[in-house]
Amino acid sequence: MNAFYQFQFYFFSLLAIASALLFVTRKNPVPAALWLVNVMFALAGLYVMLDAPFVGTIQVLVYAGAIMVTFVFVVMLLNLGKTEISDIRSLGSRLGSGFVGLGLLANLLLALRQRIDVPEFSPPTDNVVEPVAALLFTDYLVAFELTSLVLLVAVIGAVLLAKKRVTA
Amino acid sequence: MITEALIVSAILFAIGVVGVLTRRNAIILFMCAELMLNAVNLSFVAFSRLHGVTGHVFVIMVMTVAAAEAALGLAIVIAIYRHFGTVDLSNLRTLRG
Repeated sequence: MNAFYQFQFYFFSLLAIASALLFVTRKNPVPAALWLVNVMFALAGLYVMLDAPFVGTIQVLVYAGAIMVTFVFVVMLLNLGKTEISDIRSLGSRLGSGFVGLGLLANLLLALRQRIDVPEFSPPTDNVVEPVAALLFTDYLVAFELTSLVLLVAVIGAVLLAKKRVTA
Repeated sequence: MITEALIVSAILFAIGVVGVLTRRNAIILFMCAELMLNAVNLSFVAFSRLHGVTGHVFVIMVMTVAAAEAALGLAIVIAIYRHFGTVDLSNLRTLRG
């Protein structure tokens, strides 16, 4: 494992964790959304380093691009950008949830006590989409077609729910 | 590097859980859910270094479902805002006994 690779890996990891911490502590939704975009860019970097450049690209396009723009758009639409009152719960509840979070983290880390042997990092080749596409359009074709149905239902539901007059 | 990636994934997931538990703003709650989905995606990508590209296919599925969830969830947030005039979840007391 060369030192440059290792440095980049820790850099992106620390960037993701620091941005996530900043994201949950901002009280204004707009900076929170921007820190979350930062988390997603850092994760895209990690995906590239883990031999998944195609997934990294989609991460930037779909997550950081499309999904987060939808969030920021709703914040703008509802005019939530200038909140004076913090929405963070009281100290007792914060301590309780911090305890829950640490317990969960301890549990997850206990699950990976032993190190997993890693195949060496291979530099990316030209052929990054084809292996994914080959699986997606053969073994997982039914699931792939079903996701189109999920998206259709979601679009219809979103239009119905967000319509001006809900007559339900 | 798989172990390190899994540790990062666990930390991000825990941060997302703490966010869901501590915040009351519905939009930020949804963003925390997205953070947790991202943490799971990182695990999938890390494990696919061991078990082939099937993990990447799963990540693509998760992203699609996350997009659908965000669209529906934000439509619900807009409906809630129209009805209650706020997105603070502590003001939603209709089902409280």
